[in-house]
Amino acid sequence: MQGINITVTVLIASAVLSYLIAFIAGFGRLSNNIFIRKFTGFYVEVFRGTSLIVQLFWFYYALPGLFDIHLATDFWAAVIAIAMNYGAYMSEIVRGSILSVAKGQREAATALNMSRFQRMRLVILPQAVRMMLPEFGNYLIQMLKATSLVSLVGLTDILYHGDVFRSTHLSLAPTVYILILIFYFILALPLIWLTRWAEKQSSKGVASE
Amino acid sequence: MAKPIAVYNDVHKSFGEVEVLKGIDLEIAPAEKVALIGPSGSGKTTIIRMLMTLEQPTSGTIVVDGQYLWHMEKNGELVPANEKHLRQVRGDIGMVFQHFNLFPHMSILENCMVAPINVKGVPKKEARQRSVEMLEKVGLGDKLDDYPSQLSGGQKQRVAMARALVMRPKIMLFDEVTSALDPELVGEVLEVIRDIAREGEMAMVLVTHEMDFARDIADRVVFLDEGRIAEQGTPEQVLENSESERLNSFLSRFRS
Ligand SMILES: Nc1ncnc2c1ncn2[C@@H]1O[C@H](COP(=O)(O)OP(=O)(O)O)[C@@H](O)[C@H]1O
Ligand SMILES: [Mg+2]
Repeated sequence: MQGINITVTVLIASAVLSYLIAFIAGFGRLSNNIFIRKFTGFYVEVFRGTSLIVQLFWFYYALPGLFDIHLATDFWAAVIAIAMNYGAYMSEIVRGSILSVAKGQREAATALNMSRFQRMRLVILPQAVRMMLPEFGNYLIQMLKATSLVSLVGLTDILYHGDVFRSTHLSLAPTVYILILIFYFILALPLIWLTRWAEKQSSKGVASE
Repeated sequence: MAKPIAVYNDVHKSFGEVEVLKGIDLEIAPAEKVALIGPSGSGKTTIIRMLMTLEQPTSGTIVVDGQYLWHMEKNGELVPANEKHLRQVRGDIGMVFQHFNLFPHMSILENCMVAPINVKGVPKKEARQRSVEMLEKVGLGDKLDDYPSQLSGGQKQRVAMARALVMRPKIMLFDEVTSALDPELVGEVLEVIRDIAREGEMAMVLVTHEMDFARDIADRVVFLDEGRIAEQGTPEQVLENSESERLNSFLSRFRS
């Protein structure tokens, strides 16, 4: 079936970009600088407080119409919308994981005379990332499902092709949707396995105080 | 007394409204072993945490090896220390915690090697050799590649000591390092501390409730009560021949 490549490339691009945004915004919210903190806090609230589909339409129709901002292509408009949305959610995970590394870990690192940067790089982040992994995996699966929304702005993903096919072969409608279901599930399977693996990793190597 | 390695000068510490240290004056000589005793909540932990730069004094000064710890001199005036200054002075100090605080994502060997390599720039090969030697000394030479979660409490605490020792501090701080351990594991940890103490050149401040142990290894015992140093002297003076009622009633709790 056609459309898989669109679904998969939208997913991969959104995932990479959203993890990047999650880290930037997560660190931003922990910054000593109040403006950076407020600004990233504002971004997170806005993108968590409105729905993805509205954001998608914004990037697709409103930005070009209102401000004459064109995000290169339809593909990138969709990717940026998904990444900004999921990046906002996942920044909370980044922030929360960093904060939940035991206080004793920072203190031991200080006692060994590590610099702020070394404490973060050598002691806190490696443990925080282990806590993030399972949640990141869960959001990846959700992102896969969210990619189906791009059919609404005309990207020709699995759902789009399915719809087109169904409208010309009306009698096959149930079969088409069953197939779509199976396709999404097959795509999700490796992500589910990945998440399981991440959960196992994260149960090792985190201070349990 | 030789030039002291650490000096507390009228140090006060408050948490919010509550003043927990009410003017501490204390000198620690190089290689001196000081046991810090006192009731729970009297401020023992806070005293050594300030020396480790984990807690900032509210007022007063601390001098380490001739340098202000929490202050720096600028145009003849004392201003609060910045991170760079703290890093420079704190290199002389090491600490072992009640709850070990080993890095769970690193093997035991890596726990010991990470700071010499990254903080002191010791070449990897040398850091490894030093760490292995130190782990052998604390009796864990056969566990180098284990992770902290695989060890008993006593073993973890011995790793924590090795990790602090490879940094070769001039003063080592011990905060009730046996109180989180099962009773049958206390002995092995005290034994290692005794060995370290016997080697001599490093000053040690030990917060402890093990009175026999304190008598054994301490040059001086300091009794802290309600945020003040109430008594100090040789182990004989403080632990056996004191007139102080507070001290004797505190000590009576440890006699069976
Ligand atoms: N971070 C903190 N915030 C508020 N109060 C604290 C803090 N640390 C210690 N205290 C209080 O300071 C007092 C002295 O604590 P501490 O130095 O831990 O005593 P000790 O080690 O002798 O038991 C206690 O009353 C304790 O509750
Ligand atoms: Mg204490």
